[in-house]
Amino acid sequence: MPIEITKRDYSLVGRDTKLAEEHGLANAQWYSCAIPRPRLKELMQRRDGPAIRDTLLWFALLIGTGTLGFLAWHTWWAILPFAAYGVLYGSSSDSRWHESLHRTAFKTTWMNDALYEIASFMILRESVPWRWSHTRHHTDTIIVGRDPEIAAPRPPDLLGIALAFFALKGGPKEFYRMGLHCTGRLTPAEATYVPDEERHKVYRNARIYVFIYLSTIAAAIALHSFLPLMYIGLPSFYGVWLAVIFGLTQHAGLAEDVLDHRLNCRTVRMNFVCRYLYWNMNYHVEHHMFPMVPYHSLSGLHQELKDDMPKPYGSIREAYREIIPALWKQRKDPTFYVKRQLPRTATPVTAPMDAMS
Amino acid sequence: MSDSWIDACAADAVVKDDVIRFDHGDRTFAIYRTADDRYYATDGFCTHANVHLAGGFVMEHIIECPKHNGRFDFTTGQAKGAPACVNLKTYPVKVEAGRVFLNLA
Repeated sequence: MPIEITKRDYSLVGRDTKLAEEHGLANAQWYSCAIPRPRLKELMQRRDGPAIRDTLLWFALLIGTGTLGFLAWHTWWAILPFAAYGVLYGSSSDSRWHESLHRTAFKTTWMNDALYEIASFMILRESVPWRWSHTRHHTDTIIVGRDPEIAAPRPPDLLGIALAFFALKGGPKEFYRMGLHCTGRLTPAEATYVPDEERHKVYRNARIYVFIYLSTIAAAIALHSFLPLMYIGLPSFYGVWLAVIFGLTQHAGLAEDVLDHRLNCRTVRMNFVCRYLYWNMNYHVEHHMFPMVPYHSLSGLHQELKDDMPKPYGSIREAYREIIPALWKQRKDPTFYVKRQLPRTATPVTAPMDAMS
Repeated sequence: MSDSWIDACAADAVVKDDVIRFDHGDRTFAIYRTADDRYYATDGFCTHANVHLAGGFVMEHIIECPKHNGRFDFTTGQAKGAPACVNLKTYPVKVEAGRVFLNLA
């Protein structure tokens, strides 16, 4: 039965939450491409080596660009190393956060958890509530009223998206939530997906984050310089733009309320520098369908599934040639979305999904 | 043999370091085989969400849920961290004459 699309309610406690539940879209069964179990097991194998290599390189680049920024401070040349530092800190942390959240980056659990805490702080996402938010995102991907991580609700808030390039909308909200958590409270939406037994961790971690930020501000005051804030705090704003460019390619402009990741996720070809910074999250359909496969095996998974997938986008530019007009059109027509075309070799989308989309 | 022992599958139906699904009546279970040929059984659904653990990934004595990467020690049922917070129920298993039996009592 089609959902009547009027003004959608994207909150997690509103009208569309009930609609999603009534239409069987909450906690639903999703389409999964066929793949031989032995091959999937190969692809799921965890290794420490790739992520140790990539993480050491990441920290080395942070230290290197940070040192150059320090040496060039008080000159215009400082802009260059801090631009690089900011992207490494504020954008690359997104993919590190994401992969370690799934505990697929490393084979060793504590390494995943350590990287997750560090990257959560850098990307300005409190580690506990965002773990549960992302868990919900995987349960109910782009299901209106259920998914807390829909980046471009319809009609899209284009000013909000523009502000997101420097975290000027989401950043203050994160600090508000952090303050709320410090007082031992959650937002109503968080209360729907953070279980009781995890809540004390939310409050504890928020207080740790605030302590770090206040210490950095105190250091800046003591040194009569905002240089400390260029290393901790501000990069979550001035360096996040690339994560937004990458992130919008994942779902923006695609179908809502479907149970097939081939229709609401994009796989985009990227060069090796972007894939390093993004840890292969450009293989986004594959990741959503098989989140157990670590980032270093996603290209192999793509090869296995490509005959059952829409054609991947050839570049970030090609993806945005679709996303920008789609979002622009959705301003006036919120029912519009990009319909992904499956190849003739693919398993067709089942009828109920067609009806819902 | 007591009635509470259920003939679940052939022992070689589960490959080493893997898991299969076993449905009995209106219940579903996951049967595991370790690399050193020990067999275990748990409830079939992840305690976090209704997802069949048989689609998951076995790492030594850990089963990882295929949907949200929640982890359990399938030898004890212990949840190993968010989003898996509630332990899995485990069941005694024995292997006789090339068959795997579960005790559901």
